[in-house]
Amino acid sequence: MTQAAASAPVAPSRDGAADAKKRRRRRNRRDYAIFLAFVLPNFAFLIVFAYWPVVYNFFLSMSSWNLIAPNPVFVGFQDFIGIFTDPLFRQSLWVTVIFTVAVVAGSIVFGMLIAVLLNQKLKARGFVRTLVFAPYVLPGAAVATIWLMMFDPHYGVSRAFFALFRANSPAWVTDSHWALFGIIIVYLWKTIGFCAIVYLSALQGMPVDPYEAASLDGAGRVRQFFSMTIPLLSPTTFFLLIMTVVSTFQAFDVIAVMTAGGPGGATTTLSWYIYQEGFKAFNIGYAAAGSVVMFIILIFLTIFQSIYVGNRVHYQ
Amino acid sequence: MRTRNLRPIPLAVLNYILLAIVALIFLIPLYWLFSSAVKPSADIYHWPLTWFPTHLDWGNFAAAWNAAPFDDFFVNSIIVTVIGTVLKVILATTTAYAFVFLRFPGKNVLFIVMLGALMVPGNVTLIVNYLTVSKLDWVNTYAGLIAPGIASVFGTFLLRQHMMTLPLEIVDAARVDGVGSIRLLWSIVMPMSRPVLITVALVAAVGDWNNFIWPLIVTNTTNMRTLPIGLAYLQDAQGFNNWGSIMAGTVMVAVPVLVLFFIAQRYLVAGLTQGAVKG
Repeated sequence: MTQAAASAPVAPSRDGAADAKKRRRRRNRRDYAIFLAFVLPNFAFLIVFAYWPVVYNFFLSMSSWNLIAPNPVFVGFQDFIGIFTDPLFRQSLWVTVIFTVAVVAGSIVFGMLIAVLLNQKLKARGFVRTLVFAPYVLPGAAVATIWLMMFDPHYGVSRAFFALFRANSPAWVTDSHWALFGIIIVYLWKTIGFCAIVYLSALQGMPVDPYEAASLDGAGRVRQFFSMTIPLLSPTTFFLLIMTVVSTFQAFDVIAVMTAGGPGGATTTLSWYIYQEGFKAFNIGYAAAGSVVMFIILIFLTIFQSIYVGNRVHYQ
Repeated sequence: MRTRNLRPIPLAVLNYILLAIVALIFLIPLYWLFSSAVKPSADIYHWPLTWFPTHLDWGNFAAAWNAAPFDDFFVNSIIVTVIGTVLKVILATTTAYAFVFLRFPGKNVLFIVMLGALMVPGNVTLIVNYLTVSKLDWVNTYAGLIAPGIASVFGTFLLRQHMMTLPLEIVDAARVDGVGSIRLLWSIVMPMSRPVLITVALVAAVGDWNNFIWPLIVTNTTNMRTLPIGLAYLQDAQGFNNWGSIMAGTVMVAVPVLVLFFIAQRYLVAGLTQGAVKG
């Protein structure tokens, strides 16, 4: 077709077509140049500070280096063998899993309940909504400091709380039985508002008709919650799962300020382990191997959630 | 009339009780922060707890300021946040504009490659980024603090989504009239994208202000620390026997973000929750 059109015997129109083609090509070339000028800086930073680190990190995880020697030395899988035989690393994996599961499950359950509550026509719900979200935007270091004082067993609110039950406040951050639980509470306090607000905006976008039909059919509120609200919110739950798992898994600031991984490794998460090995012990190989483990776990979780959970989610 | 309006009274009461409990859980720690910052130490170190300060003691702020170089922390945090945010918004805007309005072979594949960076967990990049920054001789400098964070994927994504909804005719007409890309971006596309630009800028600013792990790693002198690290420094300097000044320091770190949040709540919430709502 195009060939036939191009060889049509009408000369002026062919000139016109060639002209237009030339103009278009010139415009395209100008577009390409501006596109590159606009996109390359961002891409350059992404490549240097996001993609290259992943690649080079794999190499570092197979080498031994203390930052002082001129170059890393290739050691194969020694670093992986090293960290997996390190009891602190194995414990850190376990701590990270408990911490992440508790925070993610807690913030999704409580976030959903608070969203349902804030979705009722109640006075002052706007104020409570703001209040619930506020901790999410606060610096983690500030949140951690606030809770250090809340948890002070002598002069903190914790003492008053336990006194209600005629009990003594635990020494949250210095008692290895309580430290992880304490960190979980603080991180929940910071994250619940995020889940609540996301759920709330999903609820507000939901149709009311099914609820009215269900009410007419005599379904109680509890029944409606379990057989309608939860399934209807499942796409939101799915996104919140991915978001909160990835961020909770990497939690660092609250732990750094409150417990510094202690006492006795009780709150040493994978992130804290990597930081200690890399920037305190200067054991770059171990830190990089830990980073590779984190990378693989998070990529695997994200893909797993997308495929398996994504398929079972109820989309409208 | 809807059946929901005929809600029996006890349920409403229950709702308000639950609402009060939720409010208290989130209010008490914040109240404790602000009240402790202005309590004299006799009120702080007192059992039963003193819920209302007997008098306001602003000396805690002076004590915090004297115990740690908060002037340096503030200057550093402001520089890092302002420059980091401006650069990030510029990169996000130009990238989004190019992906929406300019022709380029394979640009959709390029966009997906860019989105892939969202899959890279930040903590995985720390070691190599530190090595890169130290190779550039940027350790303990503003460049080192700012550079690794300015590339924008999420902001680009939000802006691109928005720019795709802009009427293409306006942009095309301007281009036929020979208006250059930069002017077009500045005087037509950016004004039409104001709310999204504000959202992207606020999310970036809060992220920069709150950032902890990167400034902790890349700076090594007290006078180069940002506020969140400075807060940890203050605790070390004060021990736990001066909660008043530690809380005053915390107030100084937290208030700028809280003010931003209360002023621009709508934009900030939209930006922070968008990823979850839209995927």
